[in-house]
Amino acid sequence: MENFTPFSALAGGLLIGLSSALFLLLNGRRAGISGIAGDLFSFRCVNPGWRLCFLAGLVLGPLLIGKTGWLPVDVQVNDSLPLMAAAGLLVGYGTSLGSGCTSGHGICGLARLSKRSLAATLTFMLSAGITVYIARHLLGAGS
Amino acid sequence: MVLALSALLCGTLFGLGLYVSQMINPGKVLGFLDVAGQWDPSLLLVMASALAALMPLQWFILKRSRPVCTDSFQAPATNSIDSRLLAGAALFGIGWGLSGFCPGPAFSGLIYGLQGNIVFVGAMLFGMWLFHILHRPKR
Repeated sequence: MENFTPFSALAGGLLIGLSSALFLLLNGRRAGISGIAGDLFSFRCVNPGWRLCFLAGLVLGPLLIGKTGWLPVDVQVNDSLPLMAAAGLLVGYGTSLGSGCTSGHGICGLARLSKRSLAATLTFMLSAGITVYIARHLLGAGS
Repeated sequence: MVLALSALLCGTLFGLGLYVSQMINPGKVLGFLDVAGQWDPSLLLVMASALAALMPLQWFILKRSRPVCTDSFQAPATNSIDSRLLAGAALFGIGWGLSGFCPGPAFSGLIYGLQGNIVFVGAMLFGMWLFHILHRPKR
């Protein structure tokens, strides 16, 4: 557990929770990122403006704090582009089919005690854990 | 216009949270998913503190007759656990485990301009588009 960062985790989670509450209070919606992005491609999407603004905010927030140099975050991204393309495709298609991701099911859904979101969250946690186990411990990829 | 500004504000706050919690770093997320390795439970605390903030607040918020900037609260469309939900979540989990990216951090991570991240976001948006093409409602 040498990589454990409890304080930044608690502080960041608090911000995520507050943002989700504020979004519900102001716009009356749950802050599910895959839903916000995915609905841009829906044929029934009538209001892309606020969706694009939310996504722009996701980039703007880290940009603002990153520029200050305070609290630098070391980022490790897999360099294999075919692997990242396959992963992106699975995440995009999977979250659309399953109607949510870590934020929509894992935070907003669990917060309203939805059994559906609990089932989804357990399923994607389990399949992600198995994937990492196979990749790292059986195939020996990554560190 | 008001909806767009409040969405920008909430998105910014959400992105700040992803940065501060370090969930913007796929290596950190993979450390959580790697239970058999040097397990890093940080993500569990991120979710717990997000829930601890959201649960009591939403209780007060939903007592209101309407949200501040629009007419009504959007309720989730369904509550049923079906094969689509589980299959979608399983596919998402595989992609998450391969990359360490779920949708929010993938967007926020774009500030670093890393190739793998950009390719991931492009493919993710393509996957969402593909879903809507394949599941286009019949009329």
